[in-house]
Amino acid sequence: MKITVRLFATFRDGRQKVLELNLPDPATPQGVIDKLGIDQAEVAILLINGRDGKLDTILMENDTISLFPPVGGG
Amino acid sequence: MLPRYARNIATLSIEENESLSQRRVCVIGCGGLGGYVIEMLGRLGIGHITAVDGDVFDESNLNRQILSDIEVLGVKKAIIAQQRMSKVNPLIKIDAITERLTQANGKQIISGADVIVDALDNIESRLILEALCEELNIPLVHGAIAGWYGQVSTILPGDKLLSRFYAKENLQGAEKKYGNPSFTPAMVASIEVSEVLKLLIGRGELLNKKVLLIDLLRQEYEVIDF
Repeated sequence: MKITVRLFATFRDGRQKVLELNLPDPATPQGVIDKLGIDQAEVAILLINGRDGKLDTILMENDTISLFPPVGGG
Repeated sequence: MLPRYARNIATLSIEENESLSQRRVCVIGCGGLGGYVIEMLGRLGIGHITAVDGDVFDESNLNRQILSDIEVLGVKKAIIAQQRMSKVNPLIKIDAITERLTQANGKQIISGADVIVDALDNIESRLILEALCEELNIPLVHGAIAGWYGQVSTILPGDKLLSRFYAKENLQGAEKKYGNPSFTPAMVASIEVSEVLKLLIGRGELLNKKVLLIDLLRQEYEVIDF
């Protein structure tokens, strides 16, 4: 199934900012971050189609996932 | 109209600019973000600024913190903020609080302010600050940075954005790995000050229930609804 992934801030380093992934069904955000080599401890916010999502949410065809790292400096 | 504020007009009306002398803004953190925030608030003519920071300047601050120079290493940041503003704009009052904001002292520090500015450098203190602002019903302008990246949001009582943004326990801020250069804090501080000003004059559109995400490496700016 086709999933769009949008990466923000430091997650973009060494990756593209928007990725189109083809994942085997059923797919979850956990599978997405595993594929991208992102540790779940690094994910501060996960949105699925603009709303709060969980790592084990079952994704639907054409879903968009947005991933944000914790930005905390000053 | 005082000559020192002449160039604020017509960005602000004369009445708006004069009203700022009666307002109180509390800036939590006098480092990378806070130094610039205080500088801009003072020059705008915010009548009462509280500068809060428990730290002293050290050499690693010199790459970005506008209040730091080689002569003030080892000196409390809040004191330097106060000394600088007394030279920049003696018409305003600036209080220096040389303690770290905590659950215990926080309420007393922020009480009475019209707006609070998050210029902190860690997630734990931000969560304490948001809870205090919520309790005392005070708007909070949030800014944070990591490397080429930054974010800004204006949090009104009831929003609880930070407790959502930093919900996971023991989150390690990305800035630990990516550092903080000179330009990111200046940029984020400027946007924070514009939000503070709009809150004070009641005009314009706020970044409320939204986060501005800044990517200076790709020069991309995106506002996301939260």
